Amino acid sequence: MAEVLQSIANSMDPYMLQIFVNIGIAIILALGLNLITGVTGQLDLGHAAYMSVGAFTAAIITIRFNLPFSVNLLIAGTLAALVGLAIGFPILRLTGDYFAIATLGFAEILKVIFLNLDITNKALGLSVPPPNTSIPMPFYVWMVTILVIVGVTFIQNSRFGRALKAIREDEIAAETMGINSTRYKNQAFAIGCFLAGIGGGLYAHFIAYINPSDFAFMKSIDILNMVVLGGLGSIPGAILGAGVLTIAPEFLRFMSEYRMLVYGALLVFLMVFRPNGLLGGVDFRKMVFRIFGKREKKVLR
Amino acid sequence: MFLQQLINGITLGAVYGLIALGYTMVYGIILLINFAHGEIFMAGAFVGLMMVTVFKMNIFLALILAMAFCMVMGVIVERIAYRPLRNSSRLSALISAIGVSIFLSTLALLIFGANAQGYPAETFPVAQIHIGPAEISTLQLLILGLSATLMIGLELIVHKTKIGKAMRATSQDYQTAALMGINVNRVISFTFGLGSSLAAAGGVLVGLYFNAVSWNMGLMAGLKAFAAAVLGGIGSIPGAMLGGLFLGTFEIMGVAAGLSSYRDAIAFAILVLVLLVKPTGLMGRKIQKKV
Repeated sequence: MAEVLQSIANSMDPYMLQIFVNIGIAIILALGLNLITGVTGQLDLGHAAYMSVGAFTAAIITIRFNLPFSVNLLIAGTLAALVGLAIGFPILRLTGDYFAIATLGFAEILKVIFLNLDITNKALGLSVPPPNTSIPMPFYVWMVTILVIVGVTFIQNSRFGRALKAIREDEIAAETMGINSTRYKNQAFAIGCFLAGIGGGLYAHFIAYINPSDFAFMKSIDILNMVVLGGLGSIPGAILGAGVLTIAPEFLRFMSEYRMLVYGALLVFLMVFRPNGLLGGVDFRKMVFRIFGKREKKVLR
Repeated sequence: MFLQQLINGITLGAVYGLIALGYTMVYGIILLINFAHGEIFMAGAFVGLMMVTVFKMNIFLALILAMAFCMVMGVIVERIAYRPLRNSSRLSALISAIGVSIFLSTLALLIFGANAQGYPAETFPVAQIHIGPAEISTLQLLILGLSATLMIGLELIVHKTKIGKAMRATSQDYQTAALMGINVNRVISFTFGLGSSLAAAGGVLVGLYFNAVSWNMGLMAGLKAFAAAVLGGIGSIPGAMLGGLFLGTFEIMGVAAGLSSYRDAIAFAILVLVLLVKPTGLMGRKIQKKV
């Protein structure tokens, strides 16, 4: 089985394969942030920091103990979630943009701490050995990605997910309805950080070299762009956003040094013409119903 | 030693304060975190540098031209990237601001190259003045004096002129202000222009002080100034100045205490600590929840 997958991976164009894997990792990160920012409505400007916790944990576990990769990823995700909880617990009571700037602040602090720790090799960064698994990385990443997509879909459509949406729409009204908003916000934050940790672990082993500066403010912003561009709170939107924004810089590569210039302008234009994101306000269930000719259930008024 | 570090800290803090004013004014009126503000600060530094090196201008003339240039730039950015998004979600406007920020910093990289450039030494003659055990340079005096002048000027504009009154009204209630016959779009343009010109002044002063102007100087300075604005209570003009001074002083003190490798973390650590005790910043308005 593993040999077959390996031979498939070898037969593919390595450049395309790399973009493909990057999209998978981006989807995991975007879905994690989507849960915090899109569904619960808490603007998080430091998501890359939790990713860096996961990335460094996974890298160090592989270097020191060489545990099986799935166990490794779970530990990395859990640790990222714990760090997220430790940060989220005091600051989730801040409202609106004060929360946003506090996440940004903690992200910068974590980055600087990683830049000064011996175990993360300071500013030199870590070279990460191949993970302890027989499945080739591209398939492993996409396996995890699909698991995450399914898991997040269940979360969003559950009682828990509806409580989060209620908090986003109106926190006071949600509390009046008996939703413990502090607890739900913390839980959503922890799940988002868990996904960021897993994404970070995959990223570390796929890129094979990590440096604290890779997880700076601009990385957080990249992830946020995917979520907002796709459409806040929409899972297909986050997937599409992750895909588009991972491919766009590669697609613009022929412009060499003008690439980021066009990328910046593109962000502005996309926002001006689709302010709610590419899939904002698009309901896939309704579209499917329309295609198959089913009437939507009429709501009693 | 302490006095010396205090002088250095207040000098840095005054510049943070100048940049933070732009963030706080824009936020006060349209609730937008203007991430492109740091880039405007960078542009101001470059325009000042061009005026001094290419056109051989006096530094004060260069400063005024840089402020004027960035004022126009701020107004144009608002027109293109923020005005069409006035009625959509605040996050869309935020992403648009980030797009502008990426665009402007890449543009600077293409035009001026990746290396940091410095102002020529004869731009502003630096001499040291001794005050007891500490010394203060003429450049630091210039920075302190100019920032104080600009901040007082801003206070006068906001509190004594008609457009300042309109600004205050708009920040209190955007829609009611529009109903009262205030041309809200003009007020917002004016706010962007004013904030951008202050950032440009900060840019020229930072360029002179650290003798380095580079395409990526806007990001960290912008983030710290934004932290200063939040620290002081975002939306409050005296708060931004206070927050800037506070952050600058603590940053320099931390570096002097031997934490120089943690320099960038100090500002944010203080910010987080203050927010935990006072969730709306030092001078922020209390948020009233309406049910």
